[in-house]
Amino acid sequence: MSDATLEASAAAASPDPRGVALRRVAGHAGLMTGATLLAAIVILSLAAPLIAPHDPYAQDLAKRLAPPIWDARGDWSHPLGTDNLGRDYLSRVLWGGQISLLIGFSVMIISGLIGSTLGLVAGYFGGRIDLVVTFIVTARLALPVVLVALAVVAVASGSLLVVILVLGLLKWDRFAVVMRSATQQVRHLDYVAAARAAGASTARIILREVLPNVAPQLIVVATVEAASAILLEAALSFLGLGVQPPLPSWGLMISEAKAYMFFSFWLIAIPGTALALLVLAINLVGDGLRDTLAPDGRA
Amino acid sequence: MLAYALKRLGLALLVALAVSAASFVLLRISGDVALAIAGEGARAEDVDLVRRTYGLDRPLIVQYGEWLARTLTGDFGQSLYFKTSVAGLIGDKIGATVILAFASLTLALAVALPLGVLSALFPNTWIDRLSLTIAVLGQALPNFFFALALVMVFSVKLRWLPVSGSDTWAHFVLPAISLGLYITPPFMRLIRAGMIEALASDYVRTARAKGLSPLSVVVKHAMRNALAPVVALAGVQFGFLLGGSIVIETIFALDGLGYLAYESITHKDFPVTQAVLMILSVVYVLLTLATDLVNAWLDPRLRTG
Amino acid sequence: MSLLDVERLTVDLATPQGTLHAVRGVSFAVDRGETLCLVGESGCGKSMTSLALMDLLPKAASRRAVRLSFGGVELGDLSPARMNDLRGNRIAMIFQEPMTALNPAYTIGDQMTEGFRRHKRVGRAQAEARAVDLLGRVGIASARERLGQYPHQLSGGLRQRVMIATALMCGPDLLIADEPTTALDVTIQAQILRLLGELAEEFGLALVLITHDLGVVARIATRVAVMYAGEIVETGAAADLFAAPRHPYTQGLLDCIPVPGRTPRGSRLGAIPGVVPSLVGALKGCAFRSRCRFARPDCETDIPWRVDARGHGARCVLA
Repeated sequence: MSDATLEASAAAASPDPRGVALRRVAGHAGLMTGATLLAAIVILSLAAPLIAPHDPYAQDLAKRLAPPIWDARGDWSHPLGTDNLGRDYLSRVLWGGQISLLIGFSVMIISGLIGSTLGLVAGYFGGRIDLVVTFIVTARLALPVVLVALAVVAVASGSLLVVILVLGLLKWDRFAVVMRSATQQVRHLDYVAAARAAGASTARIILREVLPNVAPQLIVVATVEAASAILLEAALSFLGLGVQPPLPSWGLMISEAKAYMFFSFWLIAIPGTALALLVLAINLVGDGLRDTLAPDGRA
Repeated sequence: MLAYALKRLGLALLVALAVSAASFVLLRISGDVALAIAGEGARAEDVDLVRRTYGLDRPLIVQYGEWLARTLTGDFGQSLYFKTSVAGLIGDKIGATVILAFASLTLALAVALPLGVLSALFPNTWIDRLSLTIAVLGQALPNFFFALALVMVFSVKLRWLPVSGSDTWAHFVLPAISLGLYITPPFMRLIRAGMIEALASDYVRTARAKGLSPLSVVVKHAMRNALAPVVALAGVQFGFLLGGSIVIETIFALDGLGYLAYESITHKDFPVTQAVLMILSVVYVLLTLATDLVNAWLDPRLRTG
Repeated sequence: MSLLDVERLTVDLATPQGTLHAVRGVSFAVDRGETLCLVGESGCGKSMTSLALMDLLPKAASRRAVRLSFGGVELGDLSPARMNDLRGNRIAMIFQEPMTALNPAYTIGDQMTEGFRRHKRVGRAQAEARAVDLLGRVGIASARERLGQYPHQLSGGLRQRVMIATALMCGPDLLIADEPTTALDVTIQAQILRLLGELAEEFGLALVLITHDLGVVARIATRVAVMYAGEIVETGAAADLFAAPRHPYTQGLLDCIPVPGRTPRGSRLGAIPGVVPSLVGALKGCAFRSRCRFARPDCETDIPWRVDARGHGARCVLA
């Protein structure tokens, strides 16, 4: 808007920036929906030991492929039916949530540490260091993630830990790119220059002055990356080269159900919907945070 | 412009070299290749024999040097599983993957371009909300789940399209939709944001003040500038599609590079895996180089500067 | 009737805090050969006034007026398409930022001729000939080569000359210039102002110049309208207004500029204390009273417009 009156009156009407931010967060419908959904999924997954009606690994071959309750033949002993080995599907879905959350969280931490360190260093020091980091990021981007992850997991033999490590070591690029440009912007701001002039150490400036100011972008990227890691694990497990049976990874459950999909599509629809809801929740939170914390749209 | 192009080309070559080394080393150090080839239960002597036969007992740098030298002459070696030349295999399969990537990209742009532009022109209307819904769904739905759901509806229930294979164009429809939906959201967001920025720009106000037709204001003045970054994104996404179609190709047994890579990985066919990885990386590097050059050529500030 | 006759123009903006009354019942008129300067601080509604004349207001804004007549045509009654036929054709506008007002993707020639070709339905060669002619007229050397250049290859001053030449392409009756020299170096400012003055005379233009700079006004204006908080608080012939300002706000503005020979060297320049009141919601009485050193109780009532025999008017209890 061309008229400065607008900004002036908007600023005059809202003297408390922290209160404004809070109100913006609370008033953001997408953010609140996402946060509620995410909280529900986290609570249900963590409470799986308490609320799951059955042992997720207990097979009951007499009750294989029992339909869910919305089917006329379904009954309440297995609300979401059973899989091809007669395992209770509700229990497996609940426990499976833990795997997805664990993957999302740990990959986000590992890749976040690698990527934001690279980005911070490159953005703060610039010059040759920046050139080297940019080169590494460019090279990393040229590697097809799914293919490399599949190949490495196949050779190293799949396990939850290997999947986490491989994805964590591969998926730091976005952190690096965003942190680099965010740091470059912050570096020239007055308070950073002032801290430098006051003789603060580089480590102190980065930790105390730069990091808090690039935190909004960092948080937004972290949500995007967590969601993406969850989808990747599901894809790897779906191809049989990720988390191995009998663990109830949602991607693996879809893969195991593929042979029965023509007659029992709910076997695929249930974990698929669970995955979609979790990713949707995280993305809504991420988009909402982007709107409210980093509205300049850098992240 | 020429100096810029040469500089970019040099950088691209360096990146390609680094990536080829990285992928080579990655595959070698993530596990014992000889053991993987010989099989889990193989005797120690057999594993040693494999190791010597394939030259896996030599230092990594020597192995890489030799592999690179051969690769540069177009010799990717022999496939362990398919028992044929890797180059020939790749030549057979790459066509299907390129067709799929083109179809998906075209589909994504066909959806994202009008919806992105319209939602920028009419923010907070039903069309804006429709595009937002597509973007949110496209990002949240796991593409293999979406693909299976498409198969259920269009192949099993309606029997309109084949379940798997790659013989006719009909085989490409569902895979292209699956991949297309997946890459639509970033295009839509970029186009919408770019158009909103361009429509609010001073030069669009100037165009309006000149009394140009609304079509000319939107298409000639706003879109021309809003769409420049879309070229770059299209290049990156095309590279991603070549490498990312592995899941979709496997689901639909579409006989392309991704399916070949999947088979080579499950059968521990390292020469093939290595070659596909190398080709995809180099293609990605070349694509980003090409889009950079196209962008530079589209931008008069770079072209004439 | 004047070429442009504006009576009680209001512009309201919808904001989350409520309706913002950006322009509150502004009236003025301009004729060919006249230069009217709209003066005021940023945010006083002068840019909104100019955008309202062009019907180029942002979507959140709405325009109302008792009369908005241009060349005998009521602009408020025109369809968007008919208004578009006037824009750039009989009413032209140039903006503050020459650096961003030109599209970076197209050549100068393309951007100069596109409006002319649309409005006058002529071919490229004829349009380019006119562009070359006008570029020469605004003082750009080797005009023919400039047509093939892109905006980034030109300096800010050159770009503003290009903008002016572009505005003149269709031979408009009215030219609106919104802070045309604010973004330029001081020496270039003077050149562009002189050029605008000469062109207004030569082409017989009615020129509406919007500025916050009374120095600019003194150089170029035949008549002045001083705006404050969305209202015109004083208007009159430039000479009258400078000689005997009648509104305390105008007096305050005049105290802020040094006058060579009259302001003693080393003396303090005036400044107006306080801030502009919020324009959200209703505003009664004189909007300037919170900053006015002559404020008295009756400033809170509706103050009538007082005009002298020479057409010098002000809205102040003291006037």
